[in-house]
This record gives sequence, structure tokens and C-alpha cells, in this order.
Amino acid sequence: MKKVKTWLPGVLLLLPSILLVLVFVYGLIGRNIASSFDRVETKSGRLVSEGGLANYATLLGSERYQHALWNLLVLTVVFVVGAMFFGLLWAILLEKGVTGEGAFRSIYLFPMAVSFIASGVVWRWLMSPGTGDYEAVGLNRLLIELGLPQLQNSWWSSDSRFNMAAMAIPAVWQLAGYVMALFLAGFRGITTDQREAARMDGASEWKIYRHVLFPQLSPIALSALIIMGHMSLKMFDLIYAIAGQNSYVSEVPATLMWLQLFNLNDPVAAAVNATILLLLVALVVVPYLVYTNRTEKAGR
Amino acid sequence: MDRRQFLIGLGAASAVGVVGLAGCGTDEETPGTEPTTTGEGPVEGGAGGTVGVFTWWAEGSEKLGLDELESLFKEKYPNNTFENLAVAGGAGSNAKAKLAADLQNGNPPDSFQGHAGAELMDYIDADQIVPVNDVIEELGGASVFPQNLLDRITIDGDIYSVPSNVHRANVVWANPKVLADAGAAEVPADLDSWISDMQKVKDSGVETPITIGGTWTQVHLFETILMAELGVDEYNGLFTGGSWDSDGVKSAVSKYAQIIEFANTASDGDDWPAATDAVIEGRAAYNVMGDWAVAQFASKDQVDGEDYTYFPVPGSDGVFDFLADSFTLPNGAPNPEGAKDWLRLVGSAEGQLAFNLAKGSIPARTDVAADEFPAYQQSAMESFGADAIASSIAHGAAVNMAWLSEISTAMSKFYSGREEETLVSDLVAAAETYGA
Repeated sequence: MKKVKTWLPGVLLLLPSILLVLVFVYGLIGRNIASSFDRVETKSGRLVSEGGLANYATLLGSERYQHALWNLLVLTVVFVVGAMFFGLLWAILLEKGVTGEGAFRSIYLFPMAVSFIASGVVWRWLMSPGTGDYEAVGLNRLLIELGLPQLQNSWWSSDSRFNMAAMAIPAVWQLAGYVMALFLAGFRGITTDQREAARMDGASEWKIYRHVLFPQLSPIALSALIIMGHMSLKMFDLIYAIAGQNSYVSEVPATLMWLQLFNLNDPVAAAVNATILLLLVALVVVPYLVYTNRTEKAGR
Repeated sequence: MDRRQFLIGLGAASAVGVVGLAGCGTDEETPGTEPTTTGEGPVEGGAGGTVGVFTWWAEGSEKLGLDELESLFKEKYPNNTFENLAVAGGAGSNAKAKLAADLQNGNPPDSFQGHAGAELMDYIDADQIVPVNDVIEELGGASVFPQNLLDRITIDGDIYSVPSNVHRANVVWANPKVLADAGAAEVPADLDSWISDMQKVKDSGVETPITIGGTWTQVHLFETILMAELGVDEYNGLFTGGSWDSDGVKSAVSKYAQIIEFANTASDGDDWPAATDAVIEGRAAYNVMGDWAVAQFASKDQVDGEDYTYFPVPGSDGVFDFLADSFTLPNGAPNPEGAKDWLRLVGSAEGQLAFNLAKGSIPARTDVAADEFPAYQQSAMESFGADAIASSIAHGAAVNMAWLSEISTAMSKFYSGREEETLVSDLVAAAETYGA
């Protein structure tokens, strides 16, 4: 056993934050999960929730929740793929050393500084669903002016199973710059002599990226993927700002949770919804934490 | 129950994050637990202390109205200190989330704004507000407030709020120039002739004869069509156990479907002023909106009768689709006597005159002189006295919040899918789950 002197100061230093996290993170999660099993009857005798696991069965079985989950899936796939693609593309372009790199970097990164609520108001107008010369505004008007009227569409308001792909556009616009910054840092962390060595061996530019640079970026790509993925699962403010409170077509579990809690007077359903959402995020984050833990140990 | 309270508090913490700390303040007083209904009557100059009043009147004509009330309050009750607890944004939705959290946590304001009618049921059910019968009686009761209005805010024999102002929802705002060009200047007598007028307008080159905005404006339009098609009695019956499955509802749905075919393409999040502006600009002939739209016309220097006209939604002539703001006395208000001073002012003829002149609505009292008001308000005051009263769905008078939320979602779903049968079955399901 180590001497008290060596571990006590460290523990004392960490104790306040450990306690705070225990109460305000894990305590509240526990409280939320406990309430998700509640049985609720109103004064007038209407059974709101049966209690126990039946609460979960009710929510998972409802057509509305499944629709929200599907929307979330579409949003997440398009958003994550889009943000990764543009982030990597911009990073490669900047990494090649264009003139005015600082300016471009700022331009790509700035959208991240805007709050989703503020940009949501602008994107609501940009993605106005009206089409045709009489009604089009925003992006549809732009497409007409560009001579591409056939590309006009109703964006997220359209009656399509994949309408949420449009909702991913503002999210990609906002966060691709962040992915770019991650990748750019990764590229800068690779010494130039590796590239020079590869060139000496006659590797083409593509081969240098494929076999020398990209493999070293995979931990960064994984981090970016996890960060984007969990942000997408929790996406609320952007959708709320663009589509308002009661939008069925753009409903995802997080916006449904707001309605359940504040409008439908059904806190238990909201708690069930929150618990499932937490599980979904955990599904993404926990394997990543295990993986980084392992690689860090191996690297030591 | 405390788990629920806790959850709502947690959710509202994020709501406060959204509105940006707009809700800081007023936790210095601990809520009293003694019953607040035992009033000793008014004290000259006010009961003293701070009176915190919670509203979502933070901008525009609403704020002007509140400012009028505030200065009158200071003048009439100098012993009291007025505290404005308004929360801005989201047409009241941010404010309601903050309010829900405060009420659940036993930290109510002294008085808060609520739509008169079924929306108050949520607060009554949760024991969050107490009756104000004594204040209403002091103000004159049925001799100054219309009986059919009092009926709508009386629950089990008790009155739970003091109405401050009344709005009419079933108004068509029209552009007379567009209508004259299309040869549709005559006010249509029923929904069918209105629809054929829309066709005329469309044929004259105006591609969107009627305009709509986001989801709640669609609920608003639908409710007026529903009452035109069903008639006022059957419409009011929908909220006391009437059938949502009737042929009347079905044909109202199909007329609504025809009418929105003539409308612009809106997204769920759009607000109403853009829809009114389209009428002003002549890009549309009609817009159905509550009479707060008159402020929008006035702000664009439009002249009543020349640049715009208005008439009840065809088929609903003689019906006043009503919504009202009112003020409540929360259970455990920190300063109940001060709050009653506020309610006395809100309910007084003097207060209603000042407030409604600024806000553009009409007084809930019948003894306020009409001649001080502009032309539109005068006509609305006249109708309010004479017409049959129907309660608005979209504005919390006819249905509670949960029911309204379900109806709104159904309308949003209908807007993208346009399946009439699904809308009817969704409406039936909403009434079964949340109806009386």
C-alpha cells in the first residue's frame, strides 16, 4: 500500500468534482430512469402510464415514436457523412498550403460560433418550401436565378421519408468546420520527412495520402465520428428553431420529449424517451471510451 | 409527484438556456403555504410589497399595453412595487416552459397571464391557481362581464381568472383591389361560394388566393372552417363530448383540404406576419387571422376599407370565435393581496380601456365606451355583445394544452400528407385521449 501522502492530495483535489458529477450527472440520470417506470393516473382517473417496462413498450410501439426514430436515423447518417466529407475535403485543401489559409480557416470555422437558434431562423427562411416563380424564396429562389429551377424542392417540409436529409444541411454547414480543424491538426502533427521519404520511394500523391497520412489520422477520424454522432442524436435546438413546436414531419425523439414534458403533460413518457436516447448515445460513446482506454494503455 | 416536478424543473432549466437566462430573478421570497383566498378587501393605495407579474408580452403592441397597465398600477396603488417578469420569445412557448417550472417548484409569481378557458384547466388540475371570485364580484361580476364569457371561465362554480382583453379569431382579412380585379368583391355567404371566389382570384393571376403560416395558423384556419361548417352549437359541443367522427367534421376537413390547395406553401415554423404581408402586397387576396392582425395593417400605413377589408369567415357570420387573455392568482403567491390589487386594476374599466387601446384588442368588460376605439375594434365590440360565442382551439380557449398539442401535430401531419381520413382519425384519437 502506498503512503497516504502520495494519494491523499490528489483525491482531495478531485473530490469536489467527483461529488458534483455524482449528484448532478449520475444522480439525475438515476432519478430520470426511476421516473421512467412510474405509474401515473390523473385525478379524473385516466391512466397516463401503466408503470414498469410497459411504459417502454408503449413508447417504442407507438407509430409516432417510430417515425421520430426514423427521422433521427436519416438525419444522423446524412449529417455525419456530410460533416466528415466536407471537413476532410477542406482540411486536405488547406493542408496543401493555399494562400490566405488563415482567412479560409476562419471562414470555415466561423459558423460554429453561431448558436443553432440564431442560424435556425436564417435557415428556416433559406429552406422555405415554396417553389415556382411566384412563391420561391431563399434557396429555391437562388436555384431559379442560377437557371436550375428543376432542382427546387420543399426541403425538410417535403412529404418524403427522407425529408430529414435537408435538415442535415444547416448542421453540416455549422459543424464541418470543426471536423476540418480536427483533421488539420492531425495533418500538422505528421512530420514532413515522412512525405519526403515516400516521394523518394516514388509514391504518387494519392498513395502518400492513402498509405502514409490517412492511417495516422484514423484516431482523429474516429473521434470526429463519435462527436458528430452524439451531437446528431441529441439535436434539438436547430430543429426547434427551424420547424417550431408541433412539426410532425421533422419530429425526432428530442423534440418529441419537449412536447411530452411541457405540452402533453406526460413526464413519464418524456423520461422513457430520455432514457432510450441516453442508451443510444451510450451505444456510440462507450465502445469509443473502451477503445481509447485500451490504446492509451498499450501506448504507455 | 415530486419526481414529475423534478423532471419539469430539469427540462425547464434547458428551456431557460434556450431563451438565454431571461428567467433569472425573484427567488428571494419563499412561497407561503397559507390559503390565499381569504381577502380582506382592497386597501387604499395598495396592500404594499412587491407584485411580480409574469407575461409573455415583451415586445410590440403587447408590451405597450403592459406598459400602460404598469403606469396606471403605480398611480393607483403607490404602496406596491410593480415587477415585470415578462419572458420573451416563441409566442409564449418559452414563457410557458419557464412558468411550468416555477409553478412545479413552488416558486410562483404573484400573478401570471393565461388564456381564459380550457387552458387554465391544466393549472387548476395541478392545484396551482386559486379562485378569484371575490375580485370578480368586487368588479361587478355579471353586470360588467358578459355572462357567456363568465361561463367559460367558471369551473365547478368558481372563477379562476380576471379577463383583461378579448380577441376575435374568425376574421378574414382581404385585399379589396385584388378582389375587385378578380370580380369577387362581394363578401361570400358560405364556404362553397368562398372557395369559388378563390378560384376566380386564382384565374385572375394571383397564384395564392389565401395565405397561411406555420402549424398554429393552420389550426386557426381549420377551427374557423369547422365552426362555419358545423354551426356554433355543434362546434362548441365538440369540446363537451361531441363526436369528432361526424359527417360535419368530415366535410369541414374536406373543405379545409380544398382551401389549402389555394394557399401558399408554408413550412411548419413560419410565423403569421408574412402571411398578412402577402395580402398587403397584393400577392394574395385573403388571410384568416385573429384581430391582432389589425396592428400589422396599421403598422404598414394601410387604410381601413381602402387598402384592406375584413369580414367573418364565410358561414360563421354571427359567431364570435373568442380568445381572451386573463390574469390568475397562483396558489402560494408571495404577495396575494398585492396580486389582487393587480387583478382589480386589470379588471377595472379604466385599466381595460388603457390596455386595449394600446394592444389593439377589445375590453372584456361591456361598460367601456366604444367611441374611443378605432373602427375595427368598434365593430368587434359590437359583435362581441351581439354574437354567439365560440371558443378558439388554437388559442387555448376550447381545449387544454395537451389536446391542442395533439391537434396541432395532426394538422402538421395533414399538411404534408394531405390524407383526410388520417386527419379525422387523429382528431378522434386526440379527443378520446384528452377530451372531457
